[in-house]
Amino acid sequence: MTKTKEKASPKIQSLDFEKPLIQLKKQIADLEKESTLDVRENCQSLRQQLAEMEAQLYEQLTPAQKLQIARHPQRPNTLEVIQGLSPDTWFELHGDRMGKDDRAIVGGVIELDGKPAMILGTQKGRSMKENLVHNFGMANPEGYRKALRLFQHAEKFKMPVITLIDTPGAYPGIEGEQHAIGHAIALNIREMSRLNVPIISIVMGEASSGGALGIGISNHIYMLEHAQYTVISPEGCASILWRDASFATTAAEALKITAQDLYRFGICDAVIEEPRGGAHYNPEVTIASIAQQIHLGLIELNALDIETLKEQRFQKYRQIGAVGNG
Amino acid sequence: MMSLKNWFEQRRKQSTAHLDAEGMNRVEDAQYAKIWTKCVSCDAQLTKTDLRANLNVCPKCGYHHRISAKRRIKQLTDAFHELDAQLSPLDPLHFTDTEAYTVRQADAEKKSKLKDAVITGIAKTGQAIYALAVMDFGYMGGSMGSVVGEKITRAAEKSLAYNLPLIVVTASGGARMQEGMFSLMQMVKTSAVLGRLHERGLLYITLLTEPTYGGVTASYGTLGDLILAEEGARIGFAGRRVIEQTIRQKLPADFQTASYLQDYGQVDMVLHRHDLRQTLERLILLHQASSQQYPTKKALTLFNHEPVMVS
Repeated sequence: MTKTKEKASPKIQSLDFEKPLIQLKKQIADLEKESTLDVRENCQSLRQQLAEMEAQLYEQLTPAQKLQIARHPQRPNTLEVIQGLSPDTWFELHGDRMGKDDRAIVGGVIELDGKPAMILGTQKGRSMKENLVHNFGMANPEGYRKALRLFQHAEKFKMPVITLIDTPGAYPGIEGEQHAIGHAIALNIREMSRLNVPIISIVMGEASSGGALGIGISNHIYMLEHAQYTVISPEGCASILWRDASFATTAAEALKITAQDLYRFGICDAVIEEPRGGAHYNPEVTIASIAQQIHLGLIELNALDIETLKEQRFQKYRQIGAVGNG
Repeated sequence: MMSLKNWFEQRRKQSTAHLDAEGMNRVEDAQYAKIWTKCVSCDAQLTKTDLRANLNVCPKCGYHHRISAKRRIKQLTDAFHELDAQLSPLDPLHFTDTEAYTVRQADAEKKSKLKDAVITGIAKTGQAIYALAVMDFGYMGGSMGSVVGEKITRAAEKSLAYNLPLIVVTASGGARMQEGMFSLMQMVKTSAVLGRLHERGLLYITLLTEPTYGGVTASYGTLGDLILAEEGARIGFAGRRVIEQTIRQKLPADFQTASYLQDYGQVDMVLHRHDLRQTLERLILLHQASSQQYPTKKALTLFNHEPVMVS
């Protein structure tokens, strides 16, 4: 229940396309150490240049660059967001009651604006050790069954459900197939579509395929500014359609998977702004924005009676598709 | 001038000249191809007529060849009213990989003579009337895009409107990548409407055929009250190659086959193609009688069917 104060935040790892910025920043920092007047003036113009460069770079990120941000190792993960949203109340609940606790999906009860909510999501670890515990956010059938159990618990006690999605997909393994991963996901989709409480899903980083859908059916889908939601990973798509995984950048463009694309398509209901450069530059601000968006969403959804709520969710998906007549 | 290589080539052709179905007369290549075919599994020489008469199951080794949706419907039903035949795919992402999606659509339509990868309708088999959707692997690997999702959803809605059981015959490599998120969301659309059938207590049966994978497995494919699979069909969520690459080990030969899945509790019955028709009809009638869920008059009149007596 007590939150341990984090140590001084570690240095932010820069991405390859940020290199020119980093170099310029370093140049400015070096110059600042000198104190002659003309050097400082020069510094001033470099700062101007940096600001312009930053604006240009971060406002015109390509889908592939956004994907790098979405997968940034320091991007706030599900457990960090949960703790940030509800620092004082977090009862993690474990297990599918059928033999396993798949920690690729974590979830439990929190308090939002003084009211209980069920929150769960796929968890990517911060270290290799954590990633082995959470299987890099790739769930097995047991994870989806645990999620279903938590959805039904939420329904029984009339709590809204918040799901946080950040997964490269369900885990493709032998046991997963033996234990009916397809059925586990299908059942969650069906049951979430008719759950008697509000559901909000937030795509935080990458959301891939059925692995994301298994916890992703909701009244509202929000996406962080650089998050991506896709039918297949760009790498997987490239290796199938181009027969060459190195076409991943092309595939990332072609698949139209950014928050902005999906907002345009009406699949995503709101885009949550990230600090410049991505959520990892300021996790606290990011979490505050997420909290604010959940707050607004729940006000809207709590005002609906159960039948309207379910109908809204059903129609949201019923209408998605591009179908011609002839 | 004839090179030595060509001479050998010609000799080889002459020496294996084809015979007609009776094995009596030599025939030309084109004519030969009209008569004969090979079992893709055991290589047995079969006449097309014999293979078809055996429902495209190899009489020698029992291999169930893939069949088109049209043939499947002929094999399963006595009468069939097609629905939504006019629905055709669009290109919402303006998608191009090594070829434009619109070109792939045109090729697939030409090859399969279908507008997309599923045929839906109201069917009658013996005494059973039901909504039926049959996927066709011949159209872009049976992939599920917006049209497949929409047609299956509408078939389910017809089953709600006419109080009919729903049967879906799957054959699909999964979601259609060329439609991106529009494809993925069809998994939700279809599963959500199946939730309504579930609430109404209408019977839903899935028949999984070779092959059924990905988004179809993880949505309507495995939501059946009863899940049947055709002998030899391979069924899974992730493809074999993806799993092998991930876990870096070879998978057993029977991995993801229908009977393997039955051993792991995922399939109610593994059926020979010869037994499908009767099994489906009997299952529908048994469940109808018990749940007292009968087709509406409107459904019955489609087939000028005598109303079923309600006790």
